[in-house]
Amino acid sequence: MKKWKVMMAAVICLAALVALAGCGGQDVKQGADNKAQQLSGNITAVGSTAIQPLAEQAATQFMARNPNAKVVVQGGGSGTGLTQVSQGAADIGNSDLFAEEKDGIDATQLVDHQICVVGMAAVVNPAITVDNLTKQQLVDIFTGKTTNWKSVGGPDQKVVLVNRPKASGTRAVFKKNALGDAEEAAGIEEDSSGTVRKIIKETPGAIGYLALSYLDGSVKTVSLDGVAPTKENITAGKYLVWGYEHCYTKGNPSGVADAFLKYLMSDDVQKNLIPQLGYIPSTEMKIVRDAKGNIKNK
Amino acid sequence: MKKSFAAGAFSLNSELPGKILTTGAAFLAIISVITIVGFITVKGMSTFVVNGVSVKEFLFSTSWWPDRLPEDGGPQVGVLVFIFGSVVIAMLAVLFSAPLSIICAVFMTEIAPSWGQRFLQPSIELLAGIPSVVYGYIGLSLLVPFIRNSFGGLGFSILAGFLVLSIMILPTIVSVLTDSLRSLPREYKEAALALGSTRWQAIRLVLLPAARSGVITGIVLGLARAFGEALAVQMVIGNMRKMPMTILDPVITLTSAITMDMGNTPMGSLWNNALWSMGLFTLMMSCFFILVLRLTLRKGGVAR
Repeated sequence: MKKWKVMMAAVICLAALVALAGCGGQDVKQGADNKAQQLSGNITAVGSTAIQPLAEQAATQFMARNPNAKVVVQGGGSGTGLTQVSQGAADIGNSDLFAEEKDGIDATQLVDHQICVVGMAAVVNPAITVDNLTKQQLVDIFTGKTTNWKSVGGPDQKVVLVNRPKASGTRAVFKKNALGDAEEAAGIEEDSSGTVRKIIKETPGAIGYLALSYLDGSVKTVSLDGVAPTKENITAGKYLVWGYEHCYTKGNPSGVADAFLKYLMSDDVQKNLIPQLGYIPSTEMKIVRDAKGNIKNK
Repeated sequence: MKKSFAAGAFSLNSELPGKILTTGAAFLAIISVITIVGFITVKGMSTFVVNGVSVKEFLFSTSWWPDRLPEDGGPQVGVLVFIFGSVVIAMLAVLFSAPLSIICAVFMTEIAPSWGQRFLQPSIELLAGIPSVVYGYIGLSLLVPFIRNSFGGLGFSILAGFLVLSIMILPTIVSVLTDSLRSLPREYKEAALALGSTRWQAIRLVLLPAARSGVITGIVLGLARAFGEALAVQMVIGNMRKMPMTILDPVITLTSAITMDMGNTPMGSLWNNALWSMGLFTLMMSCFFILVLRLTLRKGGVAR
């Protein structure tokens, strides 16, 4: 008798599974039908974790305005974003870097939408008394030539490098714009900016870099060549360690993707959401930078 | 669906539904293993087949420069540093954890079966249930500063990594070993005691040798687990891509190198393929562990 009951339960579970699978299929079909109508349908935006909080909040607001549209935002990293949008698996691919800078991505078929700018600051342990570094001093520290803070006017303390992983967008932007593409010496590597901040705060002599949105006063920022890493200096083109947050589409966007990208560039997002989250609106930038790193006035 | 089963040619009391269910589940398990292994193999081989990296260079070179331009001598994907890190950390963890586990298991089965079982067993099972991120976070918040302050260095070190790991693999070894000790025939112990050996002699000379296969199984499973663990280790070893010189130096393992770069590298690039090859290597390592296990068990310990 007991055996029979177990068997029944198993059969019911199987039946439920089959039924569920059936439902899933129906949903997909409905989504496809609705796409023909005005502003309804599903899109996915995949990629960079740096832009993810912004994209998620913007998507929530966007969906509140367009109840028939659905925007799903996922992380996964810039590489994943670019791969998926190139393959057509995602409608929008988010990236910290220009598609041209990533190996293995055919950038010619992708259209770039620069949503906002992320500034990056060199940060040090609060016990390090150095407030300013020249660009050469910074390069020497990160390439391992300078190994003690004494030689740049700080306390007698060994330098500890804290990096993001090699493939990280933050690291690529910092390397290109702050270090002039100099190869960094081996150092501690951490997966997330939050952990980098924690380690720099706690480890004597530590230096690393963080996006401005991660600064909370627990670590000390350092000026480069006398220019502080502030929003004003970045928009004016005086402080150059920053990168765009890109949303890529395959070809020109249409339908919901187009409407969502337009919403990201609207005053709602550019004037409110972006500054709130610690990014810099791309509409406020007085300069533009291209994939090769050339800078000119807008 | 349900009805057709009940009203069909066979009733629920017959053998057929159970047979279908179990065979189906077995095939599902086999198919998922085959597809996963197949996928990783295809992806992992493309570093060598598509990108033309030699296996020798991949395994025995310490130059990891997947982002370097050809004019600077790149890209190079030598993973010896990662392999070294994984092997050293896993070995040290097992060396530390195995004696501890054997003693725990003996205590639980032979010395104090009643309260040992009541308190020690649940607490060790609890250790197995703690998520690895929690281990990592505790290691990062307590162990790393402790090592930095008492031994010097950065705190992020081989030492921190293998200490965290040895606690994590403790439950695996202990549970295999207690099962094997408990399954020994009572006569072994009784005969040893009747021959005049002390309890210590009976444990050391009769029971543990008899449970040898359990000891080996536990250790190999612990080693496999230690080799594959990514998250907790990654949080405390500092992930420095450089050969460590002392036990207080930061180090990087295969698994943490994979997790750190996988999301940011585009599919199909050499960099991404190299990560898959590293995955393939870890898979081959665990196959190797399982093989070792099978062979030693076939040669046979006693009474298993």
